[in-house]
Formats: sequence, C-alpha cells, structure tokens
Amino acid sequence: MTHTQHPSKSGAEPKEGEHFKRHTISILVENKFGAFNRIAGMFAAKGYNIDSLSVGPTEEEDVSRMTIVTRGDDQIIEQITKQLNKLIDTLKVVDLTFESFVDRELVLVKVQTTQSTRPEIMQIAEIFRAKIVDISPRSVTLESTGSQQKVDAIIKMLKPFGIKELARTGRVALKREFQGEV
Amino acid sequence: MSTQKATGSQKQGRLMTGAEIFVRSLVAEGVEVVFGYPGGATIGIYDALVDLSDIKHVLVRHEQGATHAAEGYAKATGKPGVVLVTSGPGATNTVTGIADAFMDSIPIVVFTGQVALPLIGNDAFQEADIVGITRPITKHNYLVRDVKELAKTVKEAFYIASTGRPGPVLVDLPKDVMAQKATFHYPDLVEVRSYKPVVEGHPKQIKKAAEVISTAKRPVLYVGGGVIQSNAAAELRKLAETLQCPVTTTLHGLGAFPENNPLAMGMLGMHGTWYSNVAVQYCDVLIAVGARFDDRVTGKVEAFAAEAQKIHIDIDPSAISKNVKVDVPIVGDVKRVLKQLNEVVQRLDTKDWLATIQQWKQEHPLRYRSGDAIRAQYVIQKLGEITGGDAVVVTDVGQHQMWTAQFFKWIHPRSHITSGGLGTMGFSLPAAMGASFGRKDLPVISISGDGGFQMNSQEMATVVEHKLPMKIFVINNGFLGMVRQWQELFWRRRYSHVGLSNPNFVKLAEAYGCPAYRVEHSSDVESVIRKALAHKDGPVFVEFVVEQEDNVYPMIPSGQTANEMLDFPDPVVKPSNGVPEELLMTVVKG
Repeated sequence: MTHTQHPSKSGAEPKEGEHFKRHTISILVENKFGAFNRIAGMFAAKGYNIDSLSVGPTEEEDVSRMTIVTRGDDQIIEQITKQLNKLIDTLKVVDLTFESFVDRELVLVKVQTTQSTRPEIMQIAEIFRAKIVDISPRSVTLESTGSQQKVDAIIKMLKPFGIKELARTGRVALKREFQGEV
Repeated sequence: MSTQKATGSQKQGRLMTGAEIFVRSLVAEGVEVVFGYPGGATIGIYDALVDLSDIKHVLVRHEQGATHAAEGYAKATGKPGVVLVTSGPGATNTVTGIADAFMDSIPIVVFTGQVALPLIGNDAFQEADIVGITRPITKHNYLVRDVKELAKTVKEAFYIASTGRPGPVLVDLPKDVMAQKATFHYPDLVEVRSYKPVVEGHPKQIKKAAEVISTAKRPVLYVGGGVIQSNAAAELRKLAETLQCPVTTTLHGLGAFPENNPLAMGMLGMHGTWYSNVAVQYCDVLIAVGARFDDRVTGKVEAFAAEAQKIHIDIDPSAISKNVKVDVPIVGDVKRVLKQLNEVVQRLDTKDWLATIQQWKQEHPLRYRSGDAIRAQYVIQKLGEITGGDAVVVTDVGQHQMWTAQFFKWIHPRSHITSGGLGTMGFSLPAAMGASFGRKDLPVISISGDGGFQMNSQEMATVVEHKLPMKIFVINNGFLGMVRQWQELFWRRRYSHVGLSNPNFVKLAEAYGCPAYRVEHSSDVESVIRKALAHKDGPVFVEFVVEQEDNVYPMIPSGQTANEMLDFPDPVVKPSNGVPEELLMTVVKG
C-alpha cells in the first residue's frame, strides 16, 4: 500500500537538504482494528510528510510491520519517533536511517508498445532484470524489484515509450544483521 | 468501598449479558459516580443500572456537561471520571469535553453506545463513527466487537486513562454486543505489552541534572500540572526549599506550590506576574517540572529563557524537546524523579537572586484600580482572603479565568480547576458539579463570565436536583471580555460582536430553584461572599456586575517576549491624603 501526501507545517513543500533528510522508519504494531488509521492519522494531524507507507503481516500472527519513508529535520524526526511510540498499539519503532539496512520496492509498469518499440523495451527489462508479467498487442506490463533508486531509474527509462499505468508498493526494509566485521 | 468490591466479585464466573458485565465491571473498578444520559443504543445498559445501587448515576442535561463533570471530578479527586452516553448525537456531544481532557491530560473514561455491529457503516439511525472521530483526541479508544473482550477492555481503558501521562479513553459499545452473554470475569491486573510508561528517572540523567543545578546562580523552577497529577507537591517544596530556588507555576500548576511561601512567584506566561516572566527571562538554569512549554507560557520560543540551561522532567517523552530544545531531559514520574533529585542536590547560594526578585515584586506587583464599581479582581481577592485558599475553585475561560489565576492565593494542590489547553468556554459549571460530587471536604466554587456561563447553563438543573452545595459566581461585564480586550489593544478598538445581551441571571437561577443574589457595589462584595459560603444545603448563585471595560495585565502579546510585556498602565501609588480616589491601587501580591 502506498500513501502519499504533502502537507507540511509551513504549507510549503519541504526540500530535501542538509537539515531535511529522508528517513526510513520501521514500526511493529499490534495487528488491531484501527491501528493503521492511528498511525496514518497521526502523520496527517501533526502535518508530517509520508513519502511512502507499506504495511503487511510479520512472522508473528498478531503483529504487523509498517515501513514509512518520511522527511524532516532532526527535531521533526525525533517527534515522529516519539509520537509513534506514544500510540498504544505500537510495539517498536526503529529509525533505520541510523542502521545498516536492506530495502526493496516493487513496481508494476504498463508501457505502451508498438512492434518497433517492443524489442527495445524488452532489452531495458533485461538490463534491470525486470519480468514481463502481461503482454498485449499495444502494451506490456513489467515487474521490477529493487532499491528505490533502481525503481526510479527503470521508470525513467520507460517514460519515453509512454507509461499507461504504474503501481509502486513503497519501500519495505529490514535491518542488516551482519555488519561485515569479523 | 469494601462492599462494592464484594458485589463486583460475588458475581465473578457467572453467565450474564454484556450490559450486566459492563456495569459490574464499573463496580469492580471502584467507580462511585457516572455522568450520563440514556438513549436507544444504551437502553440495555441503563436497564442493568436499575438493579445496581452501588453506582451513583447523575443525569446531566447535555452530554458535554457529562464530560466536563467527569473532568472536574477527576481533577478534584485524582480518580478517573466516567461518562456514559448513547450513540450518534450522544457520542458527538462528548467530543469537546474529550478534546479538553486530552489537552489537559485528565483521566476520563467515556463509554458510548453504538448501533448493532451488522448496522455499523450503514448510516443507521443515530450512528456516528465515534471511534474515528475521537481517534486524534483520545489517548486510546476501542470498539468492543466481542462480549468476551468486554470486561478486559473496560479494565484496560481505566488502566490506560489513569497511568503514564493521563488522558481520555473512549470505549464504543455496540447494542447487540451488550445483549450477548458471556461469563463475567473482571481481571485484577492488566498487561498491555505495547504500553509501558517509564516511571523512574534514569540515574545518569539525574546526576547530569544535579551537576547543572549545582552551577546555578539564578535558577527558576517552572512547574506545571504534572506535579499535581503525580501528587508531588511535597517533593517539589522540598526541592525548592533545599535549593532556595524561586518557583513559578503554569495555569495548571497553580496550587502545586503554596503562594504564601516567599519563594513563590505566582503564574508565568501571557498573563503571568511581571516578576515571574522577567525572572524566567534572566534565569541561568530553568528546571521545568511536569510542564510542556505551551505557547501561552513561552511566547516567542527562541527568546524563552534563552540564556538558561534547561532541565525538563516529564512522564511523556514526546513532550520533551517538542517546543523548546532542552539540555537535560528526564523522562519519568515527577514524584519519583523529584525524590531522586532531592537525594543528590545541595543548597545553592541564591541570596542576591532572591533579593532581586523581591525588589521586582515590589516595583511591579499585581494591582488593580479600586472604586465603587466592582472590579473582578477585587471579587477574586476577597474570595481568596475569606476562604484562606481552602476551596476548590473552578473557572471558565477568559478574563475572569486569568484574574482568578492571578488574584486568588493558591495554597493547595487540586484547589484550582480550569480548561487550559483547549480553552473551553462553558467548562466551569459542569466541571464544578463533577468536583462537587467528588469533594465534600471543601466548598466548591464555580466562577464564569457572562458568556461562558450561558454555554452550559442547562446544568443548573442537575446541580439543583442533587442539592450540591456549590457557589456559582458569574462575573458579568456584559462583554466577551478577553476578545474585547484584544480588539481594544490590537485591533484599534473596533469591537466586533463582543457585546452581550444577557438574560436576567438572578431570575434564571431562581427559575431553576436556586437562591440567587446580584451585587453591584464594591461595598457589598464581601458580605455576599460570606453569605454564599455560609449557605450549605444546596447551591447558591451570585452575579457580580463588574466594570465593563477592564483589561488583564500584565500581558505579553501573543508570540512576543517579556521585553514586550505590558504591565498595568498606572503606576504603584501609595495611599495618602490628597491622592484622588480613582488613582488608588490595590496591591495584591508582591
């Protein structure tokens, strides 16, 4: 599930810069009625940005994991973390930005094709190790998985051919266990 | 209490309806009084109340009154207040009171009826998504979908409302769930694995705080409602006296530190005392205790105690560094943290600092103009003198609220109740009613303006019905005074819809069956207050007709600093022969 909104305290779109960093926050929540609304609602009520939000079950039956990509200066991110922790259904909040982590996003892109452009699109798919999941005389749907940058790149490459529809999952992420030091 | 517990536990293990489980859960929880209003969705619960005399149910005249009554009860007693209303409009009418309790961290538990589960989402008669509506204004809320979850949910609701940073919890009760049967078992304890408030201050932070304090030459204790909520007045007093540190309190902190103590500086902020605001501006160490750096306290955030090292003690981690960056945060229960601090701090040499503050107190005391026309400040000052601070005073919102905060001498915790964060007009009468059900030991005095009184005046009927020995004071200046003051000072005196055309308040009170007086001359104020306080067997109403266009001073204009503070415009004039009467000041504190 991807949810995008752009409210901000000043009303102006905050820019990413030295003080306004992008953060990936991983949240474990009780899988209870309304828990998702509480979290999304907190962001809306306090005027924090959500670039993407994904949610799904975990290895524990009654626990869900949410991965939220958000932006803000240190003080805003500190408040976001504290406000998330304050919600009764929240079990754990980790700002992965301070950790080493793996992240993936999945995208489905439906691209316009003609006989002449199809081979080129297939070639791009191959380079990105994307899969063709649907094909029709006038379009082809690709599935690509990777980091956010990779997903951004494939979309950019396909744009000139004409993107008919597009769906992104938003980022999911887990902390790396092995930090490479023996 | 013991018989109530027995009634609750006797029935443990029996099969009963949700409605019966619900009321027996309240008994088991030790609930003494419920403020409510019945309706279609709660008719089953009200039926179960018929056979249960352990709980006193107070039928309010509007659901907003029920929530404020629960708040008043909670603030006066320290126990959670309980509300029971029906679905739809019954539930939505509680919203203002819930928001008020959320802003002021008041433990209340609101039970709302709901349409039957299969009808939810169908736009059924008297359906409202109250869980959705109140999500951002409750500490937590629940929709009970299974009767087997009911007793546990009630227990959790009380636990969450009254622990950590207290707040309102709402439980939505669908009609069909309340008709289903289950075995009653009310748990003694409850565990919420995702909710574990930190109580003890981290020893490392305590040590750091003590180090910072030891360097202080001009310390100030800035004390909020958290000290009262955590019953830490004694610990605070010990800290202030050990350090010889002056104390200023927020609106909700009034009563946390006795104002007859020489270290007391009264309230700070927009309408705080001149000397407390200046002391905060010049302090070198600011110790914030159970306070949240609200904008009505700080004014311009960057200039608030700008030179000071700041220590912040609060049970809510999200309150720390939210508005103002602090140097030493301590998360924990105020009482425990103050105890920990008291063990490690030592007396400071603040003799010069206290002398400076003493001089400021003499140069810029709280004062007002005297005369035959009644000044609201005079009414409050007299009330303070006559009661000696031994009263529960419940104010509304506006000028009278600030004057009460300034001119009443606050001695005891839980003696001052008001709507601070949300600033809800219409709060005082129902909140005082709730306080009156909880506190029989002290006179309960409701003070409203003529505007606010009319926002919940329907509760006069409830007050009279229960013969509550309340004193209901209305300070009538014929204006929405605080808005008028802003229009005068900042909008070139262009008065826009602030004049009030009022009913005859005395006749109105009498129509409800309440004895009532009107006072129009300063010389009558004292005798009528005494008469009202002597009246013990029911409510008494007093209207004070006061000077129409009077302003609350000092005032720091919104978003500005102590440098821009407007003190009372007239100088301090000592009474002596030859001074015209209209220049005479009554100097109150200082």
